Amino acid sequence: MEEKERLLIVDKLRTQFFTYGGVVEALDEVCFEIYEGEIFGLVGESGCGKSVTASSILGLVAKPGKVISGSVLLNGEDLLAKSQQEMNKVRGSRISIIFQDPTSSLNPLFRIGYQVAEPYIYHQKKQKKLAIAEATSILETTGLPDSADKAKNYPHELSGGMRQRAMIAMALTCQPDLLIADEPTTNLDVTIERQILDLVKALQADFGTSVLWITHDMAVIAQICDRVAVMYAGNIVEKTDVRTLFRNPKHPYTVQLLQAIPSAASSGGDLEEIPGSVPRLIRPPTGCRFHPRCDHAASVCSEIKPEEIALEPGHTVACHLYERVEEGP
Amino acid sequence: MDLLECRKLTKYFPIKSFFRQIGKVHAVEEVDLTVPVGQTVGLVGESGCGKTTLARTLLLLIRPTSGEILYNGQDLFKLTKKELKAFRRDTAIVFQDPYSSLDPRMLIADVVGEPLSIHGIAHGEDRDDVVLDLLEKVGLKTEHLYRYPHEFSGGQRQRLAIARALAGDPKFILLDEATSALDVSVQAKILNMLNRLKAELGLTYMFISHDLSVVRHLSNRIGVMYLGRMVEFGTREQVFDNPVHPYTKGLMLASPSLDPDARYRPREVTLEGEVPSAINPPAGCRFHPRCPQKFDACSNTSPELVDVGDGHLVSCHIDSGT
Repeated sequence: MEEKERLLIVDKLRTQFFTYGGVVEALDEVCFEIYEGEIFGLVGESGCGKSVTASSILGLVAKPGKVISGSVLLNGEDLLAKSQQEMNKVRGSRISIIFQDPTSSLNPLFRIGYQVAEPYIYHQKKQKKLAIAEATSILETTGLPDSADKAKNYPHELSGGMRQRAMIAMALTCQPDLLIADEPTTNLDVTIERQILDLVKALQADFGTSVLWITHDMAVIAQICDRVAVMYAGNIVEKTDVRTLFRNPKHPYTVQLLQAIPSAASSGGDLEEIPGSVPRLIRPPTGCRFHPRCDHAASVCSEIKPEEIALEPGHTVACHLYERVEEGP
Repeated sequence: MDLLECRKLTKYFPIKSFFRQIGKVHAVEEVDLTVPVGQTVGLVGESGCGKTTLARTLLLLIRPTSGEILYNGQDLFKLTKKELKAFRRDTAIVFQDPYSSLDPRMLIADVVGEPLSIHGIAHGEDRDDVVLDLLEKVGLKTEHLYRYPHEFSGGQRQRLAIARALAGDPKFILLDEATSALDVSVQAKILNMLNRLKAELGLTYMFISHDLSVVRHLSNRIGVMYLGRMVEFGTREQVFDNPVHPYTKGLMLASPSLDPDARYRPREVTLEGEVPSAINPPAGCRFHPRCPQKFDACSNTSPELVDVGDGHLVSCHIDSGT
């Protein structure tokens, strides 16, 4: 891992939404880095800030939201310092994104081939005909059957799995450095999901693109990611490689979350429950945001926000438990 | 003892154009299914495989095209109006999306109390007392009685939907993707509650889901459906530990595992392509165009559901010896 270059460094990213109800502290000093050629997973429950992280990286946080502080470095360049016009050149060429719902991210009025070709036309100033021909060939690499015919179709004529393949093709046209995949398989059936996972892994190996894979599904994380960060209420609570996360989770939230997932072993019995529910992020809990639900909470937890501590190289946890005692729960 | 049973149940939806029928959707075809008392029967399959249609037809929410449905040994089509109303009280449904299954303009007291009025179980202030009992059963509080659905989170709304389902004191509850819209930590709570209620109230469940791990967790018996047909049916151990049908195997292997090392293991079956249209389903075995083990017979004759041992039913030519 030491040999690999850090492609993206997100440091102390803080994004807030200024609503009538109050200030929503959506991201609270989120730090992570993505190395070249790896698939980095961001996992957490709804509302924990996974997608806000993606839009903050891309400079797409809409009003009333605002990135308050922090930095996002792509190959050493700070993306947050760029103007929207400069960012237009980054989006779709150096960083691209696949969204959860391909139906609403494709334009129903344009043919698939043209939509996939748009990044060529916009970023590489290619001629329309040439661009569409290239788009057709990239559609073929994503495993779309009869890609030449399908390129002439409109989005409604394709199934959900095929539309997602078209989205992947569109994201890969300019061979981006970073591909952000925001829950791309959540709406798909398991057999199609498996095909898309296999496809992304194969394409990632071919193109050497780094991937930021956002999902709520731990099983998908286990099958595709190299390293993972677990998010809770706008904080990254644990960050490690995928094996360690499943074999030796350290943060109490990660431990309980993994036990709440039904598995072969839990059949017929009861699942572990995390008491309470996810807090609102307008005036979130003080100190550690997980402390009201944590079995191990002590007085320090409600007062001081835990710093990230490296337990081993590449395994960090933000929890007071690991400052007070050496051994975990 | 079987609570619900269906034989050769078939449902076709007509496709009409200019007042003429131009085709039909083969939603459910010749499905045999038994739901024993006190058990949870899980139905799995990809979207469009007929899980929901089958379940709704079983509750007579949709009239089947042909076939028989028996409830406690009685033919559902021969029930009088009064007996049918009693059947409706004995059965209930919890839907997937608690945001659209609860009327936003009704107070919780009415949402949960409506079945009580319809079936003449309780009225007026008595009704509120019964509703409070029901809310308590699903882990909600007294102060929730005079609120509206929008004031609740997704997990709480699903609890409300369950309370409403419990109102008529049912014997059978159909859970149609009841936890699919929830986060895992909320899902765990709802699943535990469903198990508790089942034991306390002696309920029988039918649980529909596309999530294999949830079905495995909750169900005693599992049916696997593909394009309107039941391809495999058996106990949890039979279906999950010794799947026989190539589709079941493919589905199990496609479902992501929590073991990060599973990705390096070779897969015995990988399902290519997509589910064909139910308007013109493939001849013979519905699964043959995607089946890695197909042979001549598969494209000609449709395999019967046969017992391969201990009530483990499989519909495949490979195992029926033909």
